[in-house]
Amino acid sequence: MHNTEHSSAPLDEPEVEQELATANLLVEDVSIDGMCGVY
Amino acid sequence: MTAHDDSIWDPAAKWGLHPMVAVRPEAFGALVYHYDTRRLSFLKDPRLASVVNELDEGESVNQVLDRAGLSLADRQAFNRALEMLSQTQMIVRR
Amino acid sequence: MAPESTAPRLIDHFERGLQAPICLTWELTYGCNLSCVHCLSSSGRRDPRELTTDEAKAVIDEMNRLQVFYVNIGGGEPTIRPDFWELVEYAVAQGIGVKFSTNGLQMTAAHAQRIKESGYIDVQISLDGATPEINDPIRGQGTFDGAIRAMETLQAAGVAGFKISVVVTRTNVGQLDAFKAIADRYDAQLRLTRLRPSGRGAEVWNELHLTSTDQRDLYAWLLAHGEEVLTGDSFFHLSALGQSLPGLNLCGAGRVVCLIDPVGDVYACPFTIHESFKAGSVREAGGFTQVWRSSDLFLELREPQSAGICTKCSEFDACRGGCMAAKFFTGLPLDGPDPECVMGHGEALLASIDHTQTPRTDVDHSRGSSRRMLPLSVVSRACDESPVAGKAMAL
Repeated sequence: MHNTEHSSAPLDEPEVEQELATANLLVEDVSIDGMCGVY
Repeated sequence: MTAHDDSIWDPAAKWGLHPMVAVRPEAFGALVYHYDTRRLSFLKDPRLASVVNELDEGESVNQVLDRAGLSLADRQAFNRALEMLSQTQMIVRR
Repeated sequence: MAPESTAPRLIDHFERGLQAPICLTWELTYGCNLSCVHCLSSSGRRDPRELTTDEAKAVIDEMNRLQVFYVNIGGGEPTIRPDFWELVEYAVAQGIGVKFSTNGLQMTAAHAQRIKESGYIDVQISLDGATPEINDPIRGQGTFDGAIRAMETLQAAGVAGFKISVVVTRTNVGQLDAFKAIADRYDAQLRLTRLRPSGRGAEVWNELHLTSTDQRDLYAWLLAHGEEVLTGDSFFHLSALGQSLPGLNLCGAGRVVCLIDPVGDVYACPFTIHESFKAGSVREAGGFTQVWRSSDLFLELREPQSAGICTKCSEFDACRGGCMAAKFFTGLPLDGPDPECVMGHGEALLASIDHTQTPRTDVDHSRGSSRRMLPLSVVSRACDESPVAGKAMAL
């Protein structure tokens, strides 16, 4: 059911959203200039 | 045309940390810093940090994820997280 | 951890403490060849107790053990230390990135070349006006030209992406587009940061800090420029105006950042050089590591902070109560609004403060008379804060 090719066929929308949401729980990018306390 | 596009995520292939990337373990997981791009990423699960550190040991991503003993939902999330790291060159194809 | 559960936010993770700071600021000297009116570190004269070259190298060794990725070096003017480049090379040789802040007056082609050659060295040139008319009353006569010369030297050496760092004030907030144009001309990245009432900043705060209109203009401008303009997350208090600005949107002091000062004292951040925010000294037995991981001050800062009266405010989640340094040095309680709270709660509270009792630091290395007044003509905007009446205006 899941297409193993790289994003050529759409997955069900709620599944993609869930995947992205949970992946965002795992990895977060922050600009190194994005924290206060440096001049 | 190259045989494959190095930037396309393929968990069946071998990937590893970019040589200019440093990983520092933390209680919540790890901090990942790329000295060339000056990007900083937070890995918010210690298991994901372990997986990232194990990538260089000659196996494909799928093999490393298989050994991690993850639930299906976690495995999909970890796979997507690794893809996100590849998009910022934190990990690269071997 | 089940992915379906609500994971802690990133800022919740920091409350458990980090192994090492993410951004560490290290002021190498209190000496400076300038006397900027708003200097957060009240710099000017070198301190005879400054860390020696060997002590500084020991600090770098500790950073290496702690796996610190990079260090932000400043001062005073760090390049006036004769061992500046020796220390930079020492850090870089151990894989520690160096980002240094300078007024650029002594930047030579050889220095620019060295920066160009190293992937580990980044530089930031300070500038506080897009024209000499606005810049020089703050930084000193000839400093605008000096900064531009440094930028030209860097550009000639092929150094792209260096930073131009501006402290936004009432007198320069109308020049944001002009600052961007300077950055674009030199292939540099513009960085706008917040004025705090810290160091000599306390003396010029009333004249130079932004009005509420200025803040709204700045916020709109920052949103329009997205991530192409950096801010060091110093305007997170403005996030209460609407959509959050890029960054962690929280005070990093003692949590993700801290300061090592020229005599080895460790403070919560560069804007809190005051006994109340001193966590310890790198000269103590456990070195920097013990101060970072175990000092009473830092452990206390890492506890969830009381929002105090801000808990009643609908915007607290966005602004997180604002800047600790801004509150402290204007005499406001830390568990309450920022003096520049966009909802006006800070202004209201300031009216009841006894301004003669606001905290002042005794760490002051200012040369001669530290008070350099702005000529009235430079203050171009109508002031809706406390008037300057009663203060002697003199250069």
